[in-house]
Amino acid sequence: MTWFKRITKGISTDTKEKKEVPDGLWHKCSSCKETYTTDVLVENLFVCPKCQFHNRINAPQYFDILFDDGKFEELFANIAPKDFLQFEDVKPYSARLSAAQRQTGLKDAMTVGVGDVNGKKLVIACMNFNFIGGSMGSVVGEKISRAIDYAIKHKHAFMIISKSGGARMMESAFSLMQMAKTSAKLTQLANAKLPYISLLTDPTTGGVTASFAMLGDINIAEPKALIGFAGPRIIKETIRKDLPAGFQRSEFLVEHGFLDFIVDRHDLKQKLTDTIEWFGTK
Amino acid sequence: MQFLDFEKPIEDLNQQLEKLKALAEKNNVDMSASISELETTIDKTRKNLYANLTPWQRVQLSRHPERPYTLYYISQICDKFTELFGDRNVADDKAIVGGFAEIGGEHVMLIGHQKGTNTKQRQLRNFGMANPEGYRKALRLMKIAEKFNRPIVTLIDTPGAFPGLEAEERGQGEAIARNLFEMINLKVPVICIIIGEGASGGALGIGIGDKVVMLENTWYTVISPENCSTILWHSWDFKVKAAEQLKLTSKDMSSFGLVDDVIAEPEGGAHNQPEAMAESLKKYILDTIKTLSKIAPEKRIEQRIEKFSNMGFYEEL
Ligand SMILES: [Zn+2]
Repeated sequence: MTWFKRITKGISTDTKEKKEVPDGLWHKCSSCKETYTTDVLVENLFVCPKCQFHNRINAPQYFDILFDDGKFEELFANIAPKDFLQFEDVKPYSARLSAAQRQTGLKDAMTVGVGDVNGKKLVIACMNFNFIGGSMGSVVGEKISRAIDYAIKHKHAFMIISKSGGARMMESAFSLMQMAKTSAKLTQLANAKLPYISLLTDPTTGGVTASFAMLGDINIAEPKALIGFAGPRIIKETIRKDLPAGFQRSEFLVEHGFLDFIVDRHDLKQKLTDTIEWFGTK
Repeated sequence: MQFLDFEKPIEDLNQQLEKLKALAEKNNVDMSASISELETTIDKTRKNLYANLTPWQRVQLSRHPERPYTLYYISQICDKFTELFGDRNVADDKAIVGGFAEIGGEHVMLIGHQKGTNTKQRQLRNFGMANPEGYRKALRLMKIAEKFNRPIVTLIDTPGAFPGLEAEERGQGEAIARNLFEMINLKVPVICIIIGEGASGGALGIGIGDKVVMLENTWYTVISPENCSTILWHSWDFKVKAAEQLKLTSKDMSSFGLVDDVIAEPEGGAHNQPEAMAESLKKYILDTIKTLSKIAPEKRIEQRIEKFSNMGFYEEL
């Protein structure tokens, strides 16, 4: 229980992480509508204590949960997005980027960290959904690419935590090509015989599902995460039928053979430890 | 001949020409001077129009109902072709065709999206939108090509991978992802040619090659202008603007280094002179196979990985 307490403390002292906690002292579960204090939610790793609903969290929380004593080294923090195409829809992309950077304190939707997980080295590339819907642009691709180079150089295991609406349209074909780029880099990791664990969390859709998220030595997911290629709304419009209950959720994907297993956030660290142990990397 | 909205001036002149010809025939008078003058005007008008195409007009051309599709090119450029069916798992996907091809003496595995040419065919081909079976069939054929050391040519023309219920059940995302992963390390030369629409993951799923090239009047990017308009502008009305912003033309894509070459289309677009288009395509394929075959397989794979790994723009602070 000691590390639960530490998380609570960490969040009360860090303003950047504090923003991730739902506003106010009380939190109402969006799934079962139960109300409890935010302290309870944080201590329970943002999982509803009553119905086990897994609230969305980002890199700081995952790193805190997974790395021993919450200690890790952030890698490639200097890589930042650039509006190369000068893309403009109702707003210029550059304005969207600076707004997202202001709101999140992040440079883009990907954070990479390396540290110990119960004494085993792991490189984690974790997507941040709060940054433009976790969309995949050039920075996301480049950070995955460098994280893989780092894992190969140090012979560490590698994990990506996916949480993304898909490609970042404002980077047009460059965002599409990140699918090719990350898949190409993963073949190098595979050739180096190093493990790649893909954790899919709510939501993982579009180009992320159609590239690195589905390419793990094992693909695992948090309970009830939305996982798919096309979004449910588009499918519904295409086939003009209601979609079955539980369609495109983690349990559905296990049933159809696309995930190795579902893991509760409370068990994630231990499962990862056992997995890395089995793979035999140091 | 079907005309697109921006081809109105050509359509009008063409009507005049038809009238003039009819008149000449009916009255049995020699109007060849006027006719040839009008024909010259039509050519000039077409040349001007096609010299200044907007991105949206190119999107329209890429979807022209008379534009040649994969099976047309196969019929024109292959001395022999044996179609191979099925993913050995679920079904045969009609939206992607492929098989043993002989082109100018070269044995290649030819794979491509196929759209229909009439209402019934369009349904059968699912408008060129493949299911996971299509991507898995394509991969199966590529693995055969690799085993028997034959180059691979893919022809890309899709409005996207099919967003259907069964497609999701059978792992559309996994099927595309697997192809990206496998195509990167194929030991034989791989040439990917966008012959029409290059929409997103559905195009990329057979689009990882040593040479990725676009016909002049095609588009290739992460989303169609219509869907981009709907999502970013919250309205269908900004497709023209979206097409501009996405920089999806062959000229843009080649200037970014995201495609390796552009194959010029005949005057008036591929549909205007399909035989000439097929001839250029054949020449490009044969020349490129020759060039790529001179490179050692390990080197080719290394260069392929290198090329895709360098795609992206960012700052290092
Ligand atoms: Zn609950």
